Formats: sequence, C-alpha cells, structure tokens
Amino acid sequence: MDILEILFTASFWAAAIRIATPLIFATLGELICERAGVLNLGIEGIMVAGAFAGWMAVYSGTGLWAGVCVAMLVGMLFGLVHSILTVPFGLSQHVVGLGVTLLATSSTYYAYRLALPEVTSPPKIIAFQPYEIPALSDIPLLGPALFSQTPFTYLAFVSVAVVAVVLYRTPLGLAVRAVGESPAAVAAQGLSVTAIRMGAVIVGSGFMAMGGAFLTMSAFDSFFFEMVNGRGWICIALVVFGSWRPGKALLGAILFAAFDALQIRVQQTSFGAVFPYQVFLMMPYVLSILALVAMSRRAQVPAALMVPFNKGER
Amino acid sequence: MRLEPVPNPTIVRRVLPLVLALGTTVVIASLLAAVAGANPFSVLGLIIKGAIGSKFALLETLNRATPLIFTGLAAAVAFRAKFWNIGAEAQLYAGALMTALLGTGLLPLPSLALLPVLALATILAGAVILLVPALLKTRFGVDEVVTTLLFNFIFLLFISMLLEGPLKDPMGMGWPKSARVIPEARLPRMVEGLRLHWGFGLAILSAGAVWVIQTRSTLGYEMRAVGLNREAAAFAGIPVNTVLVKTALLSGGLAALAGFSEVAGLKGSLTLDLSPGFGYTGIIVAMLALLNPIGVIVAALFVAGVFVGADSMSRASDVPTYLADIMLATALLLVVLAILLTRFRVVRD
Repeated sequence: MDILEILFTASFWAAAIRIATPLIFATLGELICERAGVLNLGIEGIMVAGAFAGWMAVYSGTGLWAGVCVAMLVGMLFGLVHSILTVPFGLSQHVVGLGVTLLATSSTYYAYRLALPEVTSPPKIIAFQPYEIPALSDIPLLGPALFSQTPFTYLAFVSVAVVAVVLYRTPLGLAVRAVGESPAAVAAQGLSVTAIRMGAVIVGSGFMAMGGAFLTMSAFDSFFFEMVNGRGWICIALVVFGSWRPGKALLGAILFAAFDALQIRVQQTSFGAVFPYQVFLMMPYVLSILALVAMSRRAQVPAALMVPFNKGER
Repeated sequence: MRLEPVPNPTIVRRVLPLVLALGTTVVIASLLAAVAGANPFSVLGLIIKGAIGSKFALLETLNRATPLIFTGLAAAVAFRAKFWNIGAEAQLYAGALMTALLGTGLLPLPSLALLPVLALATILAGAVILLVPALLKTRFGVDEVVTTLLFNFIFLLFISMLLEGPLKDPMGMGWPKSARVIPEARLPRMVEGLRLHWGFGLAILSAGAVWVIQTRSTLGYEMRAVGLNREAAAFAGIPVNTVLVKTALLSGGLAALAGFSEVAGLKGSLTLDLSPGFGYTGIIVAMLALLNPIGVIVAALFVAGVFVGADSMSRASDVPTYLADIMLATALLLVVLAILLTRFRVVRD
C-alpha cells in the first residue's frame, strides 16, 4: 500500500488518536506542572503507577470509571511527594523527579508481585469499549477516526479543553501561570506560591497517571512491566514542542502519534521490510529529539521553570 | 514555612538528618516487608546476610558494585557541573559494544596491550555518545535530561539491531548475543582463586583519578564553578560551554567503562540484558555519595549490597526483590532532603 493511501484511511487516523490519548493526558499533566514552574520528571514512574492502579482496581471488582479515579488518586499521591520535596523545600527538580520515577516504578512492581505472586501472564480485564457518538461518527474519515473511540479518549479531549479554559480564562489559571513566570509578584499579591505550585504538581500528576491508566484500561486490557516504555519522557518533549500551550500540545501529540501509527504500517509494507524493525521502533524517540531541536529557538519557557521560591529571600 | 540558612551548623545538625533519613528508609522497608506477610527483622537479616554473610556473598557484592562505581562516578562528575547526564545506560552499552567489536579477535594483541586499547576505545565511545546531547545543549539550548533519557532507548534498540544482525553469535543457539571476547581481552582476576576481576581495581583507580581531577586541577575547579553558578562562572571568564562539553566527555567515558568491565571482566559477551539499569542506579549512588568520588565507592558498595542481599532474601521468602529498589529510591529522596536540612532550618511564619 502506498504511504499516501495509508494517510487517507480512517483506520490509520483512528489508530493515531488511540496512540495519542495517553500522550495527551500525560503531556497535559506535565504542562500544568511546568506552567507553575515545576519540572516533573516523576512522569514516567507516575504513568507506570497509574497504569497498574487503574487496572488492579478494575481487576479487584470496581467499575471502570472508579478505576480511573483510583489511578488518578495514586498519581496525585506521588505528585504530593514530589511537590513537598520540590516546592517548600526547593530541592533539585531533576533529582527528586528521577527519584519519584524510581519510587513509583519500584512500588508498582512490588505491589504487582504481592498481588499476583503466582501468575506467569497477567490477567485481563474488560476494558473500555469504543462508543460511537451518534451522527458524528457517520462523518466520512473524521467519524471513525475521532468519534468511534472509547469514552476514555473523549475524556482526554474534554480535559484539554477544560485545562485550556481554566489556564487562560480563570483567576486560578492566571495564578498558576503567574507562579511559573514571576512567583515574587504572586506572593506580593498575598497569594501562597507554595500552595499554588503544590496544587499544580498534584493535579498534573493525576493527569499523568490517567495517561498510564489508558494503556491498561483502553488501549490494552492488561498490565505489563516496561509498558510505559519511555512515553513519559516523550511527553516532556511534547510539552516543549507545544510551547507550553494545551491546544498546541494536543496537536503535537496527535502529530506524533500519527507518525507512530504510520511507521507501524510502513513496517508491514515491502519497502519497510528492507529495514530492521528496530529502526522503526527508534523513530518516536528520534522524532522527540528532533522536535526539541526544532523548537529550541522559539520555545517560550516559563521564566521561573525550575527556580525554587523561598519567601523572605530577596 | 520558609527555609533559613544555618551559619555554623553543629555536628548534630550535620549528622542527625542523614541518620534519620537512612533510619526512616529502614522503617519503611520493614513496613513493606510486613505488608508482604514477612517478619521485618528476618527480612532485614536475610538482606544483610545475603550481601555480606559469606565469602561468596561478599564477592558477589563487590562484583555488583563495580559497574555502579563507574556509573556513579559518571553521574557525580556531571551533576557537580549541573550537567544532567541521565544517559549512563546508553554510554555503558556503547562501551560494551566497543569491547565486543574490538575484543572478539579483530585486534590480535597480547593481553597487556589489548586491554588498555579496549579501555581507551571504550572511553572514547562513551564520550562520543554523550557528545551529541552535550552539543545539542550548548549549541541549541536543548535540555540534556530529555535527550540523554531518549538516547537510552534509541541506543538499546541499536544494540538489539546489531545483536540480531551483524554481531549475532553464530554459535549462540539463536539468542541475541555477540560472540565471546578472546581470552586476551578478558580482565584477569585480582586474586587467584577469587571470583573478582580487575574491573573492580580499575573502578577504584578511576575514583581516585576523578578525585584528583576534581580537587587538584583547573578543570575540576571550573566544573565546580559552572555547577555553582553558571552566570558567575561566565562572568569570571570561565568558558562555560567548553567546560560543559569536557564534563560530558569525562562523564560519558566513565559510564562506558562500566560496559567494558562487565563484558571483559564478567560476562564475556555483549547481551541485551547486560545492564539491569546500572546507568540509572548510578544516579542514586552519586547522590548518596554527596557527589564525592571517594564516597561513590562506599555508596556503590552499599547499593550493590542492598541489591545482592534483596535478591538472596527474595529467594528465601515471599518478599519481592523490588523491595531493594523501593529502599534505594526512598533513601535517595530522603538523603537529598537531609542534606538540605544540614544547612537550613525550617522556620514557620
């Protein structure tokens, strides 16, 4: 099949949106943290924890949406750990972030082994099923791609809209953006920089965990080690690529996922068979680095990103 | 709350937080062991016994510490200059690849000539691998954390490609592994009859060399200055970007030696599971060592002991071996907090 032909099939775009969904959630989460001035490198581990927590909850008998909530709460818990160390104590966001990733990943694996000591292959759950939105799903190409996804995917799009509105249209959003640009000015207004930053990190971490949960509860129906496989790090690149704006980050995630869906399909063509499969698997990571390089000159980094704020310090 | 510097910290203030951090780690580990239905005291006992309880255990710990000293040094050198090299995993594999490429018969040299050549080629490979993220940072301002992390994934896939293609051992029964290195390319044992190779000796020597560079050389001074305050260093006439690139080369070379030592000293061939995350664990080692190169040796022995001990403990009980990883992640977070509290006090407003 020709590459151009692939681009005009609905199944290709449906796959792209499916691949994009976890990235949308996690990128959104990272974006919220970074807009408040905190780099959250806990993202990779928080996604692992979210993937496990949501799936485990459903496996133990809760409903699917309750599972999503459990994943989110677990993510927020790790966000709390991260934010206590990086915000009031102002510790290195690099070191704490990596530490949180290690902590979240290892506690997840520990919990997995405790919960399922004897299994060789992890059990499956009944995951979210596609829901065709009446009327909209009948639109050619766009319908099957956008409006025949699972409800979890729709939630991702709704989340982007909600976060964009809150960030740009509410006093709360203004405060979040302001602590990421000029925390001293926010403190001068009598607001607590600490509380706003911690809140942003906790909420952002909740979104990251939902990104992880999508993997086990919608994209697949089971939990595997190494499942997240660097998606968190890719999302950090996507935040930069999206210039710290929710809308652009959404487009970036979809564009990125489209490339990913494309490489999977090219792999199966006679042209793709020429190359070792690893070349294709490398593409997402190479693409992320290229995106970072391309945006590096134009990036509008929040001015106070990675700058701790300590009251009374001039 | 806010933080206030303590001008002249007492000895209690300088030691107590660190003791509390490690104590809390042990308490958390005990609670987790209890959650798993085991007796915490016997679990801790099994870990200690598994790490240092016998000659075999002790040698196993020393062997496990060897790559961690190299990757710990790599992180310590880089972090001191605030160059966030999280790519030690990729650099380790670059070194291992170089050893497997040149050590499997390509260079028919006697051992005394071949081993230094391999070590130098390894250092070069690791340095070159890290040069790309370093230049992306100094030329384009691209954050090296993300690029080095992403390179880990790219490089591992590259190794996988080679091991299933040109480097695949025809005698490997279909497993993706390289051919074994020739006997001349094997690091000899440090003491006849003891299962400990010269990679460990090389690691100790490297730590000494890094200590000399950091405390006795201009580069060491410049790296510290760049780490403390980049603007001030630039103002003082230090070529910040050049120092960052030199730091990267040194850090990458050190991490790569871990790969050389594992292939030439322990495993004998390059495989995809050569490193169970030594690159990432090196970061914990460096932080626990407070970025001090001599401290890295101690921290690497401690971390290796926890891993080896937990492996042996999980074979004797129902507690998963991941307890070790949780302990180390917890220790990492609490120790960085404790270091802060040795110099600052928390004041309530």
